[in-house]
Amino acid sequence: MNTVVEVENITKTYNTTCAVDNINLSVIKGEIFGLVGPDGSGKTTLIRMIASLIKQNSGKIKVLGFDNVKDYKSIRKVIGYMPGKFSLYQDLTVEENLTLFATIYDSDIRTNYHLIEDIYSHLEPFKDRQAGKLSGGMKQKLALSCSLIHKPELLLLDEPTTGVDPVSRRDLWKMLKKLINFGITTIVSTPYMDEAALCDRIALFQNGRILESNSPNEIIGKYENLLYKVKSYNNYLTLQALRRFSNDSLVYPFGESLHLVLEKNDSGIDLIQEYIKKQNIGLVSFELIQPTIEDAFILLMQTKNSEIL
Amino acid sequence: MRNLFIILKKEFTQIFRDKVMSRMIIMMPIVQLLLLAHAATFDIKNISLLIVDNDNSTFSSEFIAKFNGNNYFITHWNYGNQKLAESKLMEGSIDLYIEIPNGFEKNLLTSQESGVHVTVNAIDGAKAGLAMFYSNSVVNELINSFSRNKGYININQKFINIEYSHWFNPELNYTTFMVPGILVLLVSMIGLFLSSMNIVREKEIGTLEQLNVTPIKKSELLLGKLLPFWFIALFELGFGLILAKVFFDIPMEGSLWLLFAISAIYLTVILGIGLFISTITSTQQQAMLFTWFFSVIFILLSGLFTAIENMPYWAQVLTEFNPVKYYMQSTRMIMLKGSAYDDISVFIYKLTAFSIVINSLAILLYRKR
Repeated sequence: MNTVVEVENITKTYNTTCAVDNINLSVIKGEIFGLVGPDGSGKTTLIRMIASLIKQNSGKIKVLGFDNVKDYKSIRKVIGYMPGKFSLYQDLTVEENLTLFATIYDSDIRTNYHLIEDIYSHLEPFKDRQAGKLSGGMKQKLALSCSLIHKPELLLLDEPTTGVDPVSRRDLWKMLKKLINFGITTIVSTPYMDEAALCDRIALFQNGRILESNSPNEIIGKYENLLYKVKSYNNYLTLQALRRFSNDSLVYPFGESLHLVLEKNDSGIDLIQEYIKKQNIGLVSFELIQPTIEDAFILLMQTKNSEIL
Repeated sequence: MRNLFIILKKEFTQIFRDKVMSRMIIMMPIVQLLLLAHAATFDIKNISLLIVDNDNSTFSSEFIAKFNGNNYFITHWNYGNQKLAESKLMEGSIDLYIEIPNGFEKNLLTSQESGVHVTVNAIDGAKAGLAMFYSNSVVNELINSFSRNKGYININQKFINIEYSHWFNPELNYTTFMVPGILVLLVSMIGLFLSSMNIVREKEIGTLEQLNVTPIKKSELLLGKLLPFWFIALFELGFGLILAKVFFDIPMEGSLWLLFAISAIYLTVILGIGLFISTITSTQQQAMLFTWFFSVIFILLSGLFTAIENMPYWAQVLTEFNPVKYYMQSTRMIMLKGSAYDDISVFIYKLTAFSIVINSLAILLYRKR
């Protein structure tokens, strides 16, 4: 096993708020590691520390064997970083931006063109257009191209798909998957659960802490509770009815239906169905289903919160 | 070194692509020089004068004629209506009125003593002083020649006649005095505003962070971002000097190289201040406010409009710390007086010291953040 990033007991506070609270994780060469969690859960702060842009208050980060505080210069030679906010030169053209970032690393567009071919080919017709005049998705593709053009060993992407259309999102992820073939390790942060499932391993973030860190399948595999998909004509009334039945039961809207979580050994589903029937809210169906990452995350959050309480 | 060129190339591409910026670089010297050199003048002409003649004699007509022929004054007169003169002064349509008393000529002939009454609107103190001074000299001249003609010896008559000769600007041409000052203003404003805005702009749009994760060194980045404005400001100086020569025929008595050499040093001070402002601010708006704050103080305490010698002592002490003052003096001395290196070397030392201090401070602060 070849560790690319090693994060040990990292804590970072801004004034009195603790953005990252004693985090440990390690990223292995060639994998896509996802930092998954809601806004403000510490993902960006962690990425910026790995990128050597900010210093931690305590703990240690090693990137390819380099210390993020002492050897930041060495780190900057081998990483590609794409911040969440578009930060290329809006008044330079697509090609000028790409050339600028290639030449900074003593390279040129041709040398590593194969890395960015899939996404840059969409941009090439607009290569003389100023970056500021591109659409949101195009901007992200250009930013990703710029952070890849020098063939970094570690790619850090901070919410690369926020505000990007679904088609561009798919293109972007296809490309990230391809990068594994070139031995490039990727750390990507995202608030989207469907993207979490695309990562090799993920860390679920909440309030600066990691709730769980594992491969998506294993996280789902650990899910021992019973999960029901509840379909009805009026989700709101059903939700209220379910909560009336039991204050403790975990039930939440999920897409067009509701998800109801019961304890592993709970056989109360019949009682619930009977109760709901009496509520006069029309036909309500219950179906036992396999959980998704999002269900796992919601359950993890719930248990963590009740632990705190 | 290679990285420096990459940044320089990027900066120049951006500057020349920005149409507003590149137009401003050309238009600023033209407009500032042509407009300000003419408008910012202390010469007072067209003083509106009303003479109230209560005497109505030969001499009083001569008196009026003398003022009428003087091109500093626009002269009107009436006979004996002092009330009208006063109301006109009140409403501001005249700057001063002179009242010739009844028996003016007679008194001069008999007692060889007489006087006129001058009332000046002193809302604009400088203008009032000059109007007073001009009218005084006209009156004195008149009375002297009158006495001489009549064979009297006048007590006012000057036995020693002082003749003035104005060195370095023989015709006391105000434009000649102002144009070097405006050039200084131009170079300072371009250098200070462009440099203070530029780095903070990258900070604001996030590109600075993108550059920070690359192997580019901070020194290369800063140099690459400041050098273009050093070149542009020097270009402005050259362009401005050509305009000054063509349109105003401003002399260039001293060495052009010396002027450029001291400008090059001075600009490192200005760019250092720009970098300093960039470092302590995080948005362009803040940087703009700071830059205005600095530049207004620097310019008003530079001796561009008002002589430093006339300032109160504490203000004079303050000007010691004003780099614009030293550059202003050097530029005027080189251009108008033909001063050589030895004459301005003390200014060069001071500017070099300023440059070292402000740049070290700015770089220290920049590193910290």
